[in-house]
Amino acid sequence: MGTLYLVIILAPLVAAIAAGLFGKLIGRSGAHWITSGAVALSFFLSLVPFWNIVIGTDEPYNENLYTWLSSGGLNFHIGFLVDELSATMMVVVTFVSWMVHIYTVGYMHDDPGYQRFFSYISLFTFAMLMLVMSNNFLQLFFGWEAVGVVSYLLIGFWYTRPTAIYANLKAFLVNRVGDFGFLLGIAAVVMYFDSLDYLEVFAVAANFEHTMVSVIPGADWSLMTMVCLLLFVGAMGKSAQVPLHVWLPDSMEGPTPISALIHAATMVTAGIFMVARMSPLFELSETALSTVLIIGSITAFFMGLLGLVQNDIKRVVAYSTLSQLGYMTVALGASAYAAAIFHLFTHAFFKALLFLAAGSVIIALHHEQDMRKMGGLKRYMPVTYWTSLIGSLALIGFPGFAGFFSKDAIIEAVHYSQIPGAGIAYAAVLSGVFITALYSFRLVFMVFHGPERFDDHTREHLHESPKVVTIPLIALAVPSVIAGALFVGDMLFGEYFGSSIVVHAEHDVLAQLGLEYHGVIGMLTHGLMQTPFWLATSGVGVAWFLYIKRPDIPATIASSLSVVHKVLLDKYGFDRFNDWFFAGGARGTGGLLWRIGDVALIDGLLVNGSARAVGWWAGVIRHVQSGYLYHYAFAMILGLLALLGLFVHKVFV
Amino acid sequence: MPADFSILSLTIWLPIVGGLWVIFAGRRVHDSAVRKDALLFSVLTLLLSALLWHRFDNSAVELQFVERLPWIEAFGIEYFIGIDGIALPLILLTTFTTVLVVLAGWVVIKDRLSLYMGSFLILEGLMIGVFSALDAILFYIFWEAMLIPMFLIIGIWGGPRRVYATIKFFLYTLMGSLFMLVALLYIHNKGGSFAIFAMHETALTLIEQQWIFVAFLLAFAVKIPMWPVHTWLPDAHVEAPTGGSVVLAAIMLKMGGYGFVRFSLPIAPDASASFDGLMIALSLIAIVYIGFVALAQSDMKKLIAYSSISHMGFVTLGLFVVFQVASATGEWQQAAMGIEGGMVQMISHGFISAAMFLCVGVMYDRVHSREIGDYGGVANTMPVFAGFMMLFAMANAGLPGTSGFVGEFLVILTAFKANVWYAFLAALTLILGAAYTLWMYKRVIFGAVSNPAVAQLTDINGREKLMLSALAVMVMLFGIWPAPLFDMMHVSVEQLVNHISQSKLR
Repeated sequence: MGTLYLVIILAPLVAAIAAGLFGKLIGRSGAHWITSGAVALSFFLSLVPFWNIVIGTDEPYNENLYTWLSSGGLNFHIGFLVDELSATMMVVVTFVSWMVHIYTVGYMHDDPGYQRFFSYISLFTFAMLMLVMSNNFLQLFFGWEAVGVVSYLLIGFWYTRPTAIYANLKAFLVNRVGDFGFLLGIAAVVMYFDSLDYLEVFAVAANFEHTMVSVIPGADWSLMTMVCLLLFVGAMGKSAQVPLHVWLPDSMEGPTPISALIHAATMVTAGIFMVARMSPLFELSETALSTVLIIGSITAFFMGLLGLVQNDIKRVVAYSTLSQLGYMTVALGASAYAAAIFHLFTHAFFKALLFLAAGSVIIALHHEQDMRKMGGLKRYMPVTYWTSLIGSLALIGFPGFAGFFSKDAIIEAVHYSQIPGAGIAYAAVLSGVFITALYSFRLVFMVFHGPERFDDHTREHLHESPKVVTIPLIALAVPSVIAGALFVGDMLFGEYFGSSIVVHAEHDVLAQLGLEYHGVIGMLTHGLMQTPFWLATSGVGVAWFLYIKRPDIPATIASSLSVVHKVLLDKYGFDRFNDWFFAGGARGTGGLLWRIGDVALIDGLLVNGSARAVGWWAGVIRHVQSGYLYHYAFAMILGLLALLGLFVHKVFV
Repeated sequence: MPADFSILSLTIWLPIVGGLWVIFAGRRVHDSAVRKDALLFSVLTLLLSALLWHRFDNSAVELQFVERLPWIEAFGIEYFIGIDGIALPLILLTTFTTVLVVLAGWVVIKDRLSLYMGSFLILEGLMIGVFSALDAILFYIFWEAMLIPMFLIIGIWGGPRRVYATIKFFLYTLMGSLFMLVALLYIHNKGGSFAIFAMHETALTLIEQQWIFVAFLLAFAVKIPMWPVHTWLPDAHVEAPTGGSVVLAAIMLKMGGYGFVRFSLPIAPDASASFDGLMIALSLIAIVYIGFVALAQSDMKKLIAYSSISHMGFVTLGLFVVFQVASATGEWQQAAMGIEGGMVQMISHGFISAAMFLCVGVMYDRVHSREIGDYGGVANTMPVFAGFMMLFAMANAGLPGTSGFVGEFLVILTAFKANVWYAFLAALTLILGAAYTLWMYKRVIFGAVSNPAVAQLTDINGREKLMLSALAVMVMLFGIWPAPLFDMMHVSVEQLVNHISQSKLR
């Protein structure tokens, strides 16, 4: 099996190198054939472990490939752990990546950086596979940072745009803040568990459940809480949880295909995956779970609200992604890891779909992203419209669509959870359903329905996107409909994840939920009578009323609630604060330390100061050496007198 | 191995003789012949060092390639050389870097080319001498002699403020090393031998050790450099020609780290333990304070110089955190990770800083400016170069998968065991390092073409591609598979750790 996994992981890397270094040689079509071919190969081969381990009963694969280094009695390995969790991730990653590769052929058709783009997205696929297939913390961190770099490169793909290169630096630095915590978490794991291998660490972790450490003298903290919170800081960076969410909306400066692949479907879910992978650790600290829960609910609720006031089509979807990541995080905090991964799974399809559909609209309108200049596109772009509608219905959790099963499961799981903070979280995720429906259908109505707000020139050239664009849309629409119904029984209530996710009995909300689960049909009919369904429906209704029936009302609401509106437009002031406090503060500190510490004190006072002191002293001494003999003779006499005086004093007194 | 084949001596003296040959023959021959000769000698030396590596036995406890001849018998000074797993990687780094430096000066240096190339070759031999000397006086002679070619390189081919920079550089380093000489003479008086490894065994009281430690500290802290004796470095780098900066950053700074490993720790282990708080504090200041200072720089070379100081903070942190790790965990074995981390950080920084300075050199050769503000949008006209510099910038920011990550990672892991807050402060480099490096990259490489000079840039040629590719391979190789480097060092580091774990006070 080892060879199989090597092929899966290396095929995209080889393709990325070919397209990146030999792009001129292989040409544009060469680049897209080789990269899409490699990713397709990875996808089909990923089905093998999926079939054998998830569907079948094979044991998980866990082998080290080579020793990265050994030092201080510790061996650092590169190796693979392919179990139910990673096999699922592999299929999702390679499938979405493959679709995005095909879509890119159409989307980036006229871009001069065509080969470079394919090289990057293939490299991303490699890095993401490294991350999910790892069997240890070190390699996880490798993949973690590597996806971050590719994300940086892709956000700044159009590097002549000032906004793009601002956004990519911001994304990288904010992620580095997360990685800072993550790395310290890994250091803590090494120190206490003396290993970086997942299974070895998980095996000994339970012995430390009640270990206390004193980080600040006088205050003892639970070791597991510290470890989990440090690791979670990493997850907050990558999965854009408040307050480290600020980079994700700006990342929309990158080309749309990567917004779909990296900033919606795969990379941003790495944090969710990581926490689920670490479930044996998080289960040992209720404080950590509670923190996760609360951060997640804040993100789910407040980021959703921001989606309501955005007019850039991609940013609406971006804030929706933030909010959905919040839902997943809430599920993690409620110990419903399986529900989080299930939502990650369905979300990957429908959110990639929504982004790619948005991209289809954007190219049709010649790179227009402002929804106020759209409208009525339904008749020009039927495939894009219907697939968008499917994606949106899945997103709002309309019964039957994929998102319904996963989102409902999260809401119910939080409802049952006894973790401190679950009450707030329940309110947040429940009201989030209404908000989600409102912003999603605001988008659908503003873009596809109502009056056409674009000019005649645009109308003349308006047509449905080519097949390379629409086929991936259709291919993603299919799982957006069926993936939920197909997997809900197994993933949430069955033995799907085997031993890859560990939940302690007293936290096991999904097991409680499972007692009420009576098949897909039962969940559907039950769902039709529940609050979330009515909230979603009323959200759609309100959106219809505000943006189709009475489009004059939103402006009135905005002006009468101008304070709220301003706060939302200001994105709660996070960006302004960060720019002023962190970016400005760091530059200011640097300048101050340099000018005062290095230039003035060390160089000015000590180094050049002592040079001047030597010079000054030499100047003084110089006067002594006048060259006149009588000066010297006089000095001799003075010296002699002094010596004599001393002698007399010593002897006679 | 046949003892009569003096391969280590040859590695030291071949470049020195070659350098003299280039200088004296260079007056009569054409510049192209000078270049070829210089390249030939540097490549031959590289091959010789490769032979050393090939014949080096990773598992041997004893020193290897030992040559020992009486020299100044009246004082017991010997020509005594040999290497262990700590010296070998540094020697390989030296020979590798020198080839690059010769290539870097290939067409750029027009004035007194033979003297330029000759100086670098002589410098190479002297630096290898420093890493292989086992007699303290021999070490000291190589150590001081090394300053002369460097003094010439900055003084002759340097920038406008080169005189200030050279004098600052010279006085700073000379000041420090005179104290080292006094300490060495004192130890010789006590133990009766100039052999460095005999000095390791010399019994010394705590007070004696502390004085000796401080004397060594003055020499090595200036060299590496540690805060607050670091201010000579940015000036020296700014004024030095590209090749000078490369050697300075890649190798000469490592002399300080090597000195700590070879002298301070083993000769004065108890003093090292008693001063470790100070050393850790200075290291952390270097990492954090200098990281902030780097953010404020507008001159690319200054920025990289400050980044070097910050990275060297990891070396000293890794070396001196070991005592607290050992007492916290009760195991000296875990402390070895700190020393190996520091060593690897030195090697890796050699590649990365060389690469960064070469990158600045490539741009300087075309635009004749080091100011960040004079650039912008270089990626438009030099895409291949932009790709290389991206890799090196990421390595400088400590990206996993590049060599820059390995040392920092191990040192942070080790520091965490001593005290969470050490690791906390050290790990700030993750953010700071990325901030100053990538912010510079953004302003220089990304963006629209900002001025006519940038618009007229031509992408790197074959020679430049060769230099940068060689470094790229190293940076990636030791990021993806650093094990060979560790295998080389393990035995020697283990021995060192065993040695310093034994107090001299019994």
